[in-house]
Amino acid sequence: MTTIDLANPDVEEDPDPSDAVAPLGEALIRIRRLDPDSVITYCGAAFSALALAWLIYERFAPFSGGLGFLVVAWTAFCIIVYSLCRQQWGKIAARDHLVRLLVASMAMLALIPLGSIVFTVVQRGYHGLQPSFLTHTMAGAASLSKFSQGGAWHSIVGSFEVVGIAMLISVPLGVMTAVFLNEIGGRLARPVRTLTDAMSAVPSVVAGLFIFAVLIQPQYLKATGFAGALAISILMVPTVTRTAEVVLRLVPGGLREASFALGGSEWNTTKQVVLPTARTGLVTAVVLGVARVVGETAPLIITMIGAQQFNGNPFRGLQDALPLFIWSDKVNSTGQGVVDTWMWSGACVLLAIVLVLFVAARVLGNRSGLGAVPRVRRQR
Amino acid sequence: MTTIAISDVSVPDESPIAIQVTRNGRDRVYRSTGYAAGWVTLVLMGLIGGFLLYRSFDAFRYEGLRFFTETRWLPNASGGVFGIAALLLGTVLIAAVALVLAVPIAIGTALFITEYAPRRLRKVLTSAIDLLAAVPSLIYGIWGASILQSKVVYVSRFLSDHFGWFPPFHTTPFSGSGHTTLADFSASAFLAGIVVALMSLPICTAVIREVFSQAPPGEKEGALALGATRWGVIRDVVLPFGKGGIIGGSMLGLGRALGETVAVALIISRTTNVHNLLQLLKTGGNSIAATIARSWSEASGIQTSALMAAGLVLFGVTLAINAAASFVVARSRSGAATEI
Repeated sequence: MTTIDLANPDVEEDPDPSDAVAPLGEALIRIRRLDPDSVITYCGAAFSALALAWLIYERFAPFSGGLGFLVVAWTAFCIIVYSLCRQQWGKIAARDHLVRLLVASMAMLALIPLGSIVFTVVQRGYHGLQPSFLTHTMAGAASLSKFSQGGAWHSIVGSFEVVGIAMLISVPLGVMTAVFLNEIGGRLARPVRTLTDAMSAVPSVVAGLFIFAVLIQPQYLKATGFAGALAISILMVPTVTRTAEVVLRLVPGGLREASFALGGSEWNTTKQVVLPTARTGLVTAVVLGVARVVGETAPLIITMIGAQQFNGNPFRGLQDALPLFIWSDKVNSTGQGVVDTWMWSGACVLLAIVLVLFVAARVLGNRSGLGAVPRVRRQR
Repeated sequence: MTTIAISDVSVPDESPIAIQVTRNGRDRVYRSTGYAAGWVTLVLMGLIGGFLLYRSFDAFRYEGLRFFTETRWLPNASGGVFGIAALLLGTVLIAAVALVLAVPIAIGTALFITEYAPRRLRKVLTSAIDLLAAVPSLIYGIWGASILQSKVVYVSRFLSDHFGWFPPFHTTPFSGSGHTTLADFSASAFLAGIVVALMSLPICTAVIREVFSQAPPGEKEGALALGATRWGVIRDVVLPFGKGGIIGGSMLGLGRALGETVAVALIISRTTNVHNLLQLLKTGGNSIAATIARSWSEASGIQTSALMAAGLVLFGVTLAINAAASFVVARSRSGAATEI
């Protein structure tokens, strides 16, 4: 206060404390915050855009439907914001505002379908989360049955067995490959890494065709849950490998060197230092791998076919899985009726499983302390 | 002070020694297990290609080179006529629609996440986009066929009515009356493309975001210090730096879009009529993967072989595109770094 008074004797005591800190009369600028002018501009633009859209829609143009209204209103909003900003602050600032608006709406646009999917599946399928759906099978259920006469018990058990077997195959293989890439290395590591990337892009239907061509067509194996699990492993191994490799890479090299310095062998270092350090991250890798394959349908159509009744043995006889349950309901569905309700209920159960796995992966990933939250890879 | 005889000091041997690694039995087992796991991947990829080729041999022998030019897909127990042309065209068209929609949204989302969003929103958005990747394609399929379709037919009709002069949007109605009805626009390649766009959006966004976030902060701050707006920074620093990432991410998305199976199979009504295929908004489309999934249960003999051949083509195309994409992404990261 006193310094300001000294510098500017005219200034009276200022009641606003924020000015007190400001050097020599310059006001503080808050960065990354919309100033009141912008807020007013945006509000005004929104209001006039809505009014304009209503005018165009209700009075002039022969359009109809809520979607069109939104598009018209949004376009008007963008144009009005641009012209208002241009008038006030000039061309460059106006362009900046326009781009910010466009980019933000792109990001929001990406979220609308996600909301719609989750909402639709839950709204149409919450019937599925009741005991009869989870304990009955489709044996004896037909399109004129009551909802409670059919269920997905056989599919849920099948899915768990198939994914369980796939885990038994692909978790050791995937983690071992990641250990190879990261701890052992050598000349082979480069081609293996490249091909793991390529393998994660193999269309899921091709994985099914491969197992069929190798094992089912020459009659080594019949269409069973085990064949489905093998097909799914092909999709799961690269996911586990890539995520696990990212996690292993985050283990500090000093820990390894300390282990070697204490006389640890390579195997001891990996077993007692690297893997325990990366444990939570590795669990995340496995969870992500499961989330990737639990909804896979195409390979199962080819290798498992599906079934209506309960079969707990994945090595013998046809078996069903949750995706196959939904698929066959959709193929047989007429768009309404009880088959449709079964389908949405199955979808709801499947989505719930995926969501639980996804959240588990996030929580574990955040807890791992390695700072790694690897992403779910796109599934086909 | 005692004197030390010079002979007492051991002079280190100046000649270099070879570092010898001695491994015990366990280490040798460990290493060979690791190598074996690595080889499994290599062998598996080779086997996939090899066995598909082997099993599709019958189909190739039956059709010869016509397999790549024939548009009809009518294999029957005794042979029939079949070729990949229409299937491949349909696949590419759906993937093209998907890319045209997904890439701008992916760029926008990636920019928003890296440049604009506050820290908390950034986390939420990243999770949401990843969740979009976790939703099974089957659920996309039933959602697209039952919810999205009822909305998209209006968009299709609007596009066809007002932008019909643009060839892909031109639609000839099924009934000869000259006017299109909403039924002409259901189960179209356009609809399938929208759904596939949603499914390839996360991978595009992830790659593009990764590259954008590596844009050199020194140059960004330099631009800001020179008085650039945020858009100026994006246009002159972030986008040029991320060009490779945008191309690579789009190609990875393309790879995913081409291989998409059940969602497309549940949405389109399959046709091999090339005129119909080229009318994107009109009912009817095709894709290799959807054809395999849809006709597998009735296939036997040479039909199976024909589907294997289709799968082989799909496998080859996806591999080529992914290899190209990883090449582009890898190059953009190493080459574009600056001195600041």
